[in-house]
Amino acid sequence: MSKYYLNYLDELESEAIFVLREVWAQFQNPVILFSGGKDSIVVTHLARKAFHPSKIPFALMHVDTGHNFPETIKFRDDLIESLGVRLIVGSVQESIDQGRVAEEKGKNATRNALQITTLLDAIESNKVDCAIGGGRRDEEKARAKERFFSHRDDFGQWDPKNQRPELWNLFNGKQFEGEHFRVFPISNWTEMDVWNYINREKIQIPSLYFAHEREVVWRSNSWIPNSEFLKLEDGEEVLTKKIRFRTLGDITITGGIESDADTVEKIAQEVSAMRQTERGNRSDDKRSETAMEDRKKQGYF
Amino acid sequence: MLDNNQLLRFTTAGSVDDGKSTLIGRLLYDSKSIFEDQLEAIESTSKKKGHEGVDLALFTDGLRDEREQGITIDVAYRYFTTPKRKFIIADTPGHIQYTRNMVTGASTANAAIILVDARHGVIEQTKRHAFIASLLQIPHVIVCINKMDLVDFSEEAYNKVIGQFEEFSSKLLVKDVRFIPISALLGDNVVNRSENMDWYQGAPLLHTLETMHISSDVNKVDARFPVQTVLRPQSEEFRDYRGYAGRMASGVLRKGDEVTVMPSGFTSKIKSIDTFSGEVEEAFAPMSVSITLEDDIDISRGDMIVRSNNKPEAQQDIEVMLCWLNNSPAKPRAKYTIKQTSNEQKAMVKEVLYKIDINTLSRSSDETDVAMNDICKVKIRTTKPLMVDPYRENRTTGSIILIDDATNETVAAGMVV
Repeated sequence: MSKYYLNYLDELESEAIFVLREVWAQFQNPVILFSGGKDSIVVTHLARKAFHPSKIPFALMHVDTGHNFPETIKFRDDLIESLGVRLIVGSVQESIDQGRVAEEKGKNATRNALQITTLLDAIESNKVDCAIGGGRRDEEKARAKERFFSHRDDFGQWDPKNQRPELWNLFNGKQFEGEHFRVFPISNWTEMDVWNYINREKIQIPSLYFAHEREVVWRSNSWIPNSEFLKLEDGEEVLTKKIRFRTLGDITITGGIESDADTVEKIAQEVSAMRQTERGNRSDDKRSETAMEDRKKQGYF
Repeated sequence: MLDNNQLLRFTTAGSVDDGKSTLIGRLLYDSKSIFEDQLEAIESTSKKKGHEGVDLALFTDGLRDEREQGITIDVAYRYFTTPKRKFIIADTPGHIQYTRNMVTGASTANAAIILVDARHGVIEQTKRHAFIASLLQIPHVIVCINKMDLVDFSEEAYNKVIGQFEEFSSKLLVKDVRFIPISALLGDNVVNRSENMDWYQGAPLLHTLETMHISSDVNKVDARFPVQTVLRPQSEEFRDYRGYAGRMASGVLRKGDEVTVMPSGFTSKIKSIDTFSGEVEEAFAPMSVSITLEDDIDISRGDMIVRSNNKPEAQQDIEVMLCWLNNSPAKPRAKYTIKQTSNEQKAMVKEVLYKIDINTLSRSSDETDVAMNDICKVKIRTTKPLMVDPYRENRTTGSIILIDDATNETVAAGMVV
């Protein structure tokens, strides 16, 4: 007799597929928020599985800060082509040009917070009623309280103290005009689960995740990549190091770590021995103790 | 991790002072799931607040208000992994809106950890937790008798709590109860065996969680496949493909099985069970698959594919244990949307049979108003039949939620009696 239970990765996969199919059944115009990072790549892979042999029935939406790693954009475009899905781009540069947002000033200026406006504008103008994200509950303390189906009011805001209770696998995606949902199919996955899954499924990921030689600057305890957007401070010097990135965001805020891991297996091994969270190298989360919660309330990913 | 490692979901319930946060902190810390930067952040906050040492409770508080007020508002999910299993903890607050949060956390749990302070024994809160574990049919209950260090690791104190718990729990429906004497603070019997309690022959908590048999927690007998959506690819290659996508709620379905589609009653045979990686011979809970049938039948979301010789009841009048989750009380004879598996209908609460006082477990049929955190037995009438099984036999096809159409909020959770 065969065993009638799933291993943990199969169970997580089955749960995510179930959630993605619920999205398709409950919403009119869902999109996958695609950043080019591993989590949104895994969500896209799961969507392929959920609707096979049909194509993924959602568009991919990318909020483009203009401060990208060129590798990310290339990866995104190749993936879109191979899947045959539609791409929607929300441009932060356009939001700035239209005067919707103003560029931050000062040494640690980033376009991270500006993305919120662009994202909400793109959701509104494309009449998106559900944005599927790769957020995981293990990532950050505010995310630990997030629902699979997470309601946003007509200003795109999250009200963490007034969330709908979510029981069993009965997801309530009901909404009024102008509101939308964020849905997180891989809520229950950890960073380690994501890597083990990428390894098992042989999922393609951007080269930035693998150890490579790069020009970097040591700032806020991590290696910030040199780019046209980086302004050197006194005493800072550009070095060439063998590094890789644990998460991918804006090129200006994503710090790399020194590493020799150049295969998914080696990355998985490295991650299992890590003593720092993956967002520890993200300066956007270091601004205050509740930085993520504050951004999320306003409508952040 | 090994390929055959399973996922175990458990819920912890407790109040601020019974050591729940310390226990979770201990499990996470000893399984190396707390990272240095998280620990540093907690250390610096502890210092700011003038606490001595590291306050592990801060690790389990996520939201600004929780940190400021020192309370836990909502269910938080925590993750850790050992070489044997992956664990998901639904950490539910003990005080504020305990029923709503505990019911939520309990709904998906394989196991419940109930913490009892060895000095105080079984208190009202313990009874509430045990009752909810029983109501939600959590298959395994582990009673951790904590703070054994404060009662000199006395076997007598431990036995006294067991006696109290058993006396009270005889009225409940809990299948598997275990008792473990621990000190979350010192680590006794949490991850490592206690050197202070030779008289305890059982396993420490983590070992218990790692080894308890959970494969039978899911109903393996009654094949139920609620259809989520229909896959009709518009491609050349799959022109005639018509797959019913869904996740097995319980039981096993095999290629060639005689099946009935409910509620229509049409019968057919399973032609194939498909996944992205190819065809499989059988599907069991909780697998997500796509099923094709030999015959062309009209099937849509909300229908259920079952084996022809084992069908659930199609009912329009159902008795339900209802837990009210919303600030605004139930409106008599008002219409709600009811959700059960992938099915959605309109429903009305026709009658409140009785209300349960969850501190005393006594029933009262005098009060028929239903407000936040109330648990009561009700009669519900739906506009169209639902394919239900008793919750005791099937946690997936026996559970429902009610949604208020005026606010779109989930206002109640129910278990079919």
